Amino acid sequence: MSPAAYVFLAVILFAIGGMGVLVRRNAIVIFMCIELMLNACNLAFVAFARMHGNLDGQVVAFFVMVVAAAEVVVGLAILMAIYRARRSASVDDANLLKY
Amino acid sequence: MTHVLLAAGSGTNLDPLFSKGLFWILAVLSVGAAITMIFMRQAVHCALMLAIVMLSLAVLYAMQGAPFLAFVQIIVYTGAVLMLFLFVVMLIGVTTSDSLVETIRGQRVWAALGGLGFLILLIVGIGHAAIGTAAPQTAANGSGNLTGIAKLIFTTYVFPFEVTSALLITAALAAMVLTHRELTEPKPTQRDLSRRRVASGQVAPEPPPGVYALHNAVDMPAMLPDGSTTDRSVSAAISQRDMELGRNPQAEVTSDLEAEERLEAERQVEAAARGRDEQ
Repeated sequence: MSPAAYVFLAVILFAIGGMGVLVRRNAIVIFMCIELMLNACNLAFVAFARMHGNLDGQVVAFFVMVVAAAEVVVGLAILMAIYRARRSASVDDANLLKY
Repeated sequence: MTHVLLAAGSGTNLDPLFSKGLFWILAVLSVGAAITMIFMRQAVHCALMLAIVMLSLAVLYAMQGAPFLAFVQIIVYTGAVLMLFLFVVMLIGVTTSDSLVETIRGQRVWAALGGLGFLILLIVGIGHAAIGTAAPQTAANGSGNLTGIAKLIFTTYVFPFEVTSALLITAALAAMVLTHRELTEPKPTQRDLSRRRVASGQVAPEPPPGVYALHNAVDMPAMLPDGSTTDRSVSAAISQRDMELGRNPQAEVTSDLEAEERLEAERQVEAAARGRDEQ
């Protein structure tokens, strides 16, 4: 398959992830959707690396994976702290700054 | 799978028909799993759907001549990140599912419309861009995918690579700081614990469930020496589940006790009859 097919698959997955972030209100599921978006970006990076015939895209995808791992660790830790304080993982309940 | 990896390791010289078929299977699988993930109400189901997406993406990487990334995807994403997700889902409570009440009116509709618009925008934009066919692998690849990536990481990208280590250490520290809780009262010592136990009046452990002649199910209350049963032997979660399922172990216990009594009476009658025969 040509790289374009992979890029279009990445675009579809990215849009689905974005839709999930907008629709869902459970913070864990929102995180999962963000992971899906990052994965879609990686797929596009790998496809572009293949298109150019070099490995730079693959290295960038590798760095994205590392940063995503760090992001998940911190994000889930924040989530645990919020859950401990408010007994809820819904983003609707984290509105202390609103009033 | 080995066929894919072997073929991918040396570039992208997969059989075109094979690669096309595999691409369509994986594309449908991953997009289907991603859409299902949005609509699943339980967080655990979402995590499992995400696992399907990630595994199919790993195979897609392998098909595109990136075996190293394919394995990193499986080990780091499916192995570590997703397990971390499941861990937090279990800690926060498997039962917490999304409420169906919309706090912002029309949020779902507008989100779906926005997502669709974004998708169309991206597809039109990328459709206009000229994405060429796969270029032949250049000398940058070295003697293989792995050595090529290693060469790039430790020469061109060595500074970002070092910064990554700082990022990972910061993330680990942040996770420890954020999940740390200060003790507001001194930790109870063994002496305190045993004092509390004696003062509570219940020194021995609670009776275990199901120690009853005819049953060993965990929802069966234990029988005390005086013949009565005790509810303290059954965990509250299990009795609540019984109630939800409409089961009543107490009824079974009473019927069993009655049967036991009847048996005992019959045995006594038999013994008396035997005694009469012997005389």
